[in-house]
This record gives sequence, structure tokens and C-alpha cells, in this order.
Amino acid sequence: MSILLDKDSRILVHGLTGDAGTFHAKQCIEYGTKVVAGLTPGKGGTKHLDVPVFNTAEDAVRATGADASLIFVPPPFAADSILEAADAGIKVIVCITEGIPVLDMARVKKALAGKPVRLVGPNCPGVITPGQCKAGIMPGYIHKPGHVGVVSRSGTLTYEAVWQLTGQGLGQSTVVGIGGDPIAGSNFTDILKLFQADPETQAVVLIGEIGGTAEEEAAAYIKAEMNKPVFAFIAGRTAPPGRRMGHAGAIIEGGSGTHASKAAALKAAGITVVENLSGIGETVAKDLGPAFAQAR
Amino acid sequence: MKLLEYEAKEIFAKYGIPVPQSGGVITDVQQLPEALKKAGSGPWVLKAQVLAGGRGKAGGVKIAKTEAEAQTIAQAMVGMKMVTHQTHGKALVVREVLVNKCSDIKREIYISVAMDRKGERPIIIASAEGGVAIEELAKDKPSAILKVPIDPVRGIEPFQARNLAFKLGIPAKEVGSFGRFVTALAKVFLELDASLVEVNPLIITPEEKLIALDGKIVTDDNALFRQKALAERPDHESTDLELEAKKVGINYIGLDGDIGCMVNGAGLAMATMDTVALAGGMPANFLDVGGGATADQVTAAFKIILTDPKVKAVLINIFGGIMKCDVIAEGVLTAVQKVKLKVPLIVRLEGTNVERGRELLKKSGLKLTAADSLWDAAQKAVKAAKEAK
Repeated sequence: MSILLDKDSRILVHGLTGDAGTFHAKQCIEYGTKVVAGLTPGKGGTKHLDVPVFNTAEDAVRATGADASLIFVPPPFAADSILEAADAGIKVIVCITEGIPVLDMARVKKALAGKPVRLVGPNCPGVITPGQCKAGIMPGYIHKPGHVGVVSRSGTLTYEAVWQLTGQGLGQSTVVGIGGDPIAGSNFTDILKLFQADPETQAVVLIGEIGGTAEEEAAAYIKAEMNKPVFAFIAGRTAPPGRRMGHAGAIIEGGSGTHASKAAALKAAGITVVENLSGIGETVAKDLGPAFAQAR
Repeated sequence: MKLLEYEAKEIFAKYGIPVPQSGGVITDVQQLPEALKKAGSGPWVLKAQVLAGGRGKAGGVKIAKTEAEAQTIAQAMVGMKMVTHQTHGKALVVREVLVNKCSDIKREIYISVAMDRKGERPIIIASAEGGVAIEELAKDKPSAILKVPIDPVRGIEPFQARNLAFKLGIPAKEVGSFGRFVTALAKVFLELDASLVEVNPLIITPEEKLIALDGKIVTDDNALFRQKALAERPDHESTDLELEAKKVGINYIGLDGDIGCMVNGAGLAMATMDTVALAGGMPANFLDVGGGATADQVTAAFKIILTDPKVKAVLINIFGGIMKCDVIAEGVLTAVQKVKLKVPLIVRLEGTNVERGRELLKKSGLKLTAADSLWDAAQKAVKAAKEAK
């Protein structure tokens, strides 16, 4: 088991024939992911990377039984692409696109409310269940199948943490990049709920950053509902207020969204907050004990 | 993008939001008589156009009763260096001064439309106690703040506007004009892809008229592709160096320290700054070189970092994922030769083909320090910067 995606997931890649879509879909296929369809309006009926291309998500789902979407569509069209996937009955939508206007996301969230759809991203590295399915732009080989769930707002920071875990012999159940935008398809709490319910996941690493209150909300959820150990790292302790630190959502506004506030909320919930990025793998390994890593 | 007060007020006027009679902005005292004439009869208010709150206390808002008085004020204000509680100790230079006709104030109200990240929709925030900083009010008297979530497509509904008017104690005969005011404000927010539209204060005059006495608009950079008019406006917030970085697709924010940082990925870039601080140093910048980290990008990033004279050492922290470490190492070596680096360079590579990458750096014969971990790199960079002083 794992969360969101596994070896049976059938992926539809939106924007398969574009540069980013081609480059990353190829890597996903090489990893062993079942990329069953591509979506590029106007190129339906052709093949790309040996994968059939369709004009609409509806056609793709009907012909291939695709049940998850991976979106590489440029920002002006990405929100529409998410809605199309949902409308076609796709249950898990992973949107990699960076630069979607926040109002578009507010409108997407409203349209998806109450529907049985799980959107991850946008502006994220994607989702990987090591050894089974890679739907995203992360380097596959740094991962290792195992029992630590990882959820993060950042890309390379996640790779760094995963690499350290793998280095300590700690494999991952599923690694989820929820993205760096102010409004995300899934927040920390949404993914923590899935990890809590997943018997394969025995511990969770949460990687947050300044901006918003998603980490504070996650802390409240963990305290109330989770019985699995959670480790956290929050980036941006030295970030100046009022400036967007690369990610659209990484900004301290009106004194809220600071590293201090997030670290305090997590600590108050009994969560280990790692201060030194280089120490994530080591801290988790030490805390979980050698038996944990060895048994996996 | 952050707009200046006069830019916000120009937009307000286009949307039918009442603003004070304006003489426009002056960049030179010689333009003052013309501006005063346009703003109507005195007294007037002269306002420094900088992107920071707290201008009043810092001498950036002054009332002139006579033309002579306005002349004296303008003389001092144009080109003045201003420090407010929001400028974090840095001085902003006042290049433009707005000339408005003075308005008589009976009441002050706070009102804004913001993006509510938690609620995932826009929200109207209002308070009958206007004129003060909303952050302070939120801390001291949260009960005085009213919040009305609005639909991201439809904007504010008429009943929501009415309810808000009554809660704020707007005089009964002005409830209609308040409704038009707040509806227009929400329209500005939605049509401009704003993340904040703020009026503080919205005033009620003794004649019971509503006027937006101040204005602030922050817009979503991600929406600039469809906000052509905004995209053409000058960026008042970024420094020249930050603008230069933006042009080559590099995310750069200048900071106060002396260790230049070059990192791939925004989250890792922030964490690298934090690690430098943890090791006892101060980062000179935030820099996300992008996912690719090609030789061209690394060269461009070097040039930007080294333009900052404070930089005493450079720390490169790159996690090679899909872009392999040996390719990155080659890029770094090419760039170092191109920019003729004079400060110590500490390189930490991790990820795909890391061994080959480190080998390349070692064999290059260039003066650089390779580090095993980010922590190791940060400590070495801090030491190098201290020794360089």
C-alpha cells in the first residue's frame, strides 16, 4: 500500500507532446510508471513516446482507463486542464505547472469542492510511490521503497530530505509535493490524513516553509488525530518579511506566516522540528531506531 | 507587483471609486504650482510615494495651507530619504510626491479585499476603527475586525455589501453609495488579479460623502500574462540587481550579509540561507538559479552575486536531480573561468553522479573548496568570509 498512486495507477499526461511533458513523461516511463495516454488538443490519434495521444481527457479516459492525471500545461491553460481532468472522472490530479494565477486556483477549488477528486499541486514536483509509480519531475533513483511518508511544499528541498532518508536506509511509502503556491490543491492536513490511514506509512516527514498557516493547521491535526511519529523542517527562518521567496506562497505578510510561529505550533503539538537541514535523515533514523531501518 | 498610492487611486477613479481631487505627482518642485492648480483650492496634502506604511510618522505626509507652505514642504520631500517601521531599517528615496486636495474627516474606516489563503477565496476585511495599522488592530482588538468572504467569480453580493454597511454604522442614506464603493473595490480585486486592495482610511466627510483617502494595490505576478497594462508599469519594489536577475530567469533577493548563495530551487535556497545563519554567518542574498543549473545560468548567477560588493565568499549548493552533478560541475567550472572569481568559492554538490562531479571539481586545479554536506559547506563559507574581512 501507499497513498494516492501505486503500481496499478494509469497516468494521463496533459501536455505530453510539449517540451516539459516529453522530457519528464519519458523519465516516468523509464521508472516503470504506467503512462497510458497523452492529451494534446489537435494531436489526437497520433502517438508520442509510443503513448497514444488524445484530443480530450474524456476520450483518453474512455479509451485507456486512465485514472490519474499529470499536468504539464502552461500557466494560462492549466486551471482549465485541471477542470477537464476532473470532469472526465479522473480521481487523482497532479499539477506540476508553476505560475498559475492564484484567482484561477480559487476558482478551481470552488469548482472541485465536494467532488471525489484529489488535486496535488500546482507548482510542485509531483507524487512518487517509490518502486511503483512516479508522477512528477523528481529524480526517481534517490528514492527507495519503504515506510516513511514525506509531504513538502518545496521541490529540491524534498529531494534533499529524501536523499538523506535513503542514505540512512529509510525508504519512503509515498513522497508528495503539495507545491509552493498560496492556494494548493491539497494542504498538509489533507495528505497527513492519507498517511495516517495508510498501514504502510509508519512515520512522516513534513517539510514546510514560511507563508500562510498550513503548518499551524497541520500541527493541530497531528496533535488531535495522528498516532504516527512526525518530523518537521521549516525553511525560511532568515527570510525578510514582505518579500516572496521564489515560491508565490512563501511570504511573511502582516507578521504572519513566520518560521517562529510554525516551529512553535509544531513543537507544541509534540513534533520534532529539525533545525539543521543536514540533520533530517539522521534525526529520523535515530528517533525511529535501527530496527526500523533494518526491518525495511 | 506593488503599486504606489497614486497608481492605486488612478485605478480607483476608473472604477468609480471616489478619491480626493488630485493634482497628480510631482518629481520636481517646479511642477508644484501646476499640481496645486489642478488639485483645486487649498489646503492641500503632499504625500511621499514610497512602498511602505507609516509614512505619516516619518514625515512623508504633510498638509500645506498656502502655496508658499506647499513649496517648502515639496522642497524637503522630493528626494528625501525615508525610514518607516515597515522599511526594516533601510531608507527609501522619495522620487514622487502626490498632491491632493485636503478632505475634511468625520469618520475613518478600514477596508480591504485580500486573498484568504486558508479560506481559499477572496475576503473583505473591514473595521469601523480606520486609520490605524490593521495588523495592530488585529492584535489588540480582533473583535473590531469584520470579515466577509466573497465569491471568486461573482464578487460581493448586494446583501453582503448592505450587511457590512450597517455593521460599520454607515449613515442610512449613504448605504447605497457604500454598496457601490465596496462592490467596485471587489471588482478591482478580481479584474486586476490582485492579492490585496486596501483603502485605509476610507473617510466619511462632514457632508457624509465617502472618499478613499489612501490606496494600496498588490497584484499577482503570476497573472501578468493577462494583465498587460499592469505588466507595463514600472516595478517599484525590486532593486536594479533584482530586476536584472529577473530578466535572465533567476530569482534573486538582496540581503544584508556577506555570503553569496547560489542554489537550485526556492525551498532549498531558503534552507541554505538558514543553514548559513545557523553556522554563524549572514547570507548576502536569496538566489534560485532554477531547476536546470546550466553553465549559462550559473555564469549569470555568478555575475549577479558578485555585483554586490558586500560578498566575501560564495556558497554554491546544488542538488543534482535530473540535471546530473557532473554536468553541473562542468557548468560551475566554465562559469568560474568566465567571471574571474576573486572571492573564495565553496561548492556542495549532491545527487545524481555526485562522485564524478566532485572529481571534476577537484581535478580542475581551480581554487575552490568542495564540501560534503550543506552543513559542512555553510561552516566553510562562514570561515572563509570571516578570514576575508
